[in-house]
Amino acid sequence: MQNERILCAGFGGQGVMSLGKLIACAAMLDGREVTWMPSYGPEMRGGTAYCSVVVADRPVGSPIVTTNATSLIVMNLPSLDRFEQSVVPGGLILLNRSLIDREVGREDVVVHALEATTMAAQCGDPRAANMIMLGAYMALRGTPRHRHVEEAFSLVFGSGSSTSFNLNRKALRCGFDSVSAEAVIRKAA
Amino acid sequence: MSRTLMKGNEALARAAIRGGCTHFFGYPITPQNEIPEYFARELPKAGGLFLQAESEIAAVNMLYGSAAAGAQAMTSSSSPGLALMQEGISMLAATEIPCVIVNVMRGGPGLGTIQPAQSDYFQMTRGGGNGDYRILSLAPATVQESAEMMEESFALAQKYRTPVFLVSDGLLGQMMEPVQFDRHTKKKRAGNKRWILTGHHHRRPPRTIKSLRLDPAKLESHNLELQDKYGRISRRETRFELYRMNDAELVFCAFGSTARIVKNSIDDLRQKGCRAGLIRPQTLWPFPVQPFKTLPESGKAVICVEMNCGQMVDDVRLAVEGRMPVHFYGRCGGVIPEPAELSEYALELLTGGAA
Repeated sequence: MQNERILCAGFGGQGVMSLGKLIACAAMLDGREVTWMPSYGPEMRGGTAYCSVVVADRPVGSPIVTTNATSLIVMNLPSLDRFEQSVVPGGLILLNRSLIDREVGREDVVVHALEATTMAAQCGDPRAANMIMLGAYMALRGTPRHRHVEEAFSLVFGSGSSTSFNLNRKALRCGFDSVSAEAVIRKAA
Repeated sequence: MSRTLMKGNEALARAAIRGGCTHFFGYPITPQNEIPEYFARELPKAGGLFLQAESEIAAVNMLYGSAAAGAQAMTSSSSPGLALMQEGISMLAATEIPCVIVNVMRGGPGLGTIQPAQSDYFQMTRGGGNGDYRILSLAPATVQESAEMMEESFALAQKYRTPVFLVSDGLLGQMMEPVQFDRHTKKKRAGNKRWILTGHHHRRPPRTIKSLRLDPAKLESHNLELQDKYGRISRRETRFELYRMNDAELVFCAFGSTARIVKNSIDDLRQKGCRAGLIRPQTLWPFPVQPFKTLPESGKAVICVEMNCGQMVDDVRLAVEGRMPVHFYGRCGGVIPEPAELSEYALELLTGGAA
């Protein structure tokens, strides 16, 4: 399987750290080697936040993917401005259309846009936009496995209320299903 | 055997409790705050004591006092905090107090940055405290190794009656990686406790722990005993990992998180036809001299890579003893080198470009 280097970016509170942790944890449960690395600078105190996730078949070397991401999951406009060029040619940019009102300038990457915040609100809470993005990511990449992501919910969030578990699960499914319904906007040349 | 996804800092704290840590003293500083956070929550549950001191200076002296009374104590800080502790560390070495000190390094000098760096190599191997002393310095490169070394550090401290450094950095402390705790269950050794201060209650002669020895002959013999112990530690505890070294023409040397990045470059260079390998010191002191004495005949040059302006490279040069050129590549101030820039530097070096 291909090595995957994922950059999750957004503003504080959108759940980009949790999104990255869920991918890393589920991929670990898939039996793969993983790392997760947060931005822990002034970002933690507000503003943009991002994390790097590496999924590989062999032990991971550098856990930092800010310059050579194979996937960028981007939740707001400042993060797209900052990380658009961080994606390798042929890589994937998965973006939250609800908060990003411009097109991706590059022709050499696969772009998939979805109204994640709006869709999450329809599921019951706009804060579940990260789960919409995660579902879409899983559908586009075919990994990590669905049951491992659901198992990762309790490992990452602790055994929280069943209300939030059900909301996360619903939003995940909604994001997953949206991919087959929507067309990939632009393919790599 | 189940794997848990954990931050390096959390894994250190959990492993310390497994290794027998009973007391923790510390003062908050980024990027190591998950360690005291974990201890504050978990150490009392394990029957231990967590105490947030009023400063790093207070913390290291609490460590001194509690370990002198027989506690399996530790502290944890980051670079500028370790600088504040240096006097206490010299005292701990002089009085041979077993304890563990974690340094999750950040960029310096001064307050510097909260981002990862390795600019405390000198501080961790030469000491900032006074006098002829050495501290066993363990340098993990993964979260798993952080846990294993941390767990073992308490036994090593007891075995040699010495402070032990666990040298991590902002990258290794903040990142998450799978870790297995059931993989490594070494029973902790009790060690000789006939020196601890618990009160003689008029039932035995009093014991004293002190570093002041005004008689030169007595201080000299104390120093020679310490040197003897450092010799034993050097012979028995020097550790290193070799990676793709068999036929290497380019020999990298790197420790901790930088070694991970170098491994990526080595794999990349090998694909490009350049035979590169790595010597990774797992103990910074004692420094592994032996692999540099037996470099493969294919070897052409050594490249020391560090997240600082060139510190470990001094030890590499001493170990290589002029047998081949030693080059240095460093990034500092919280900048983390990328595998591609290391490969580029190495290839330029081979074709005679880089200095």
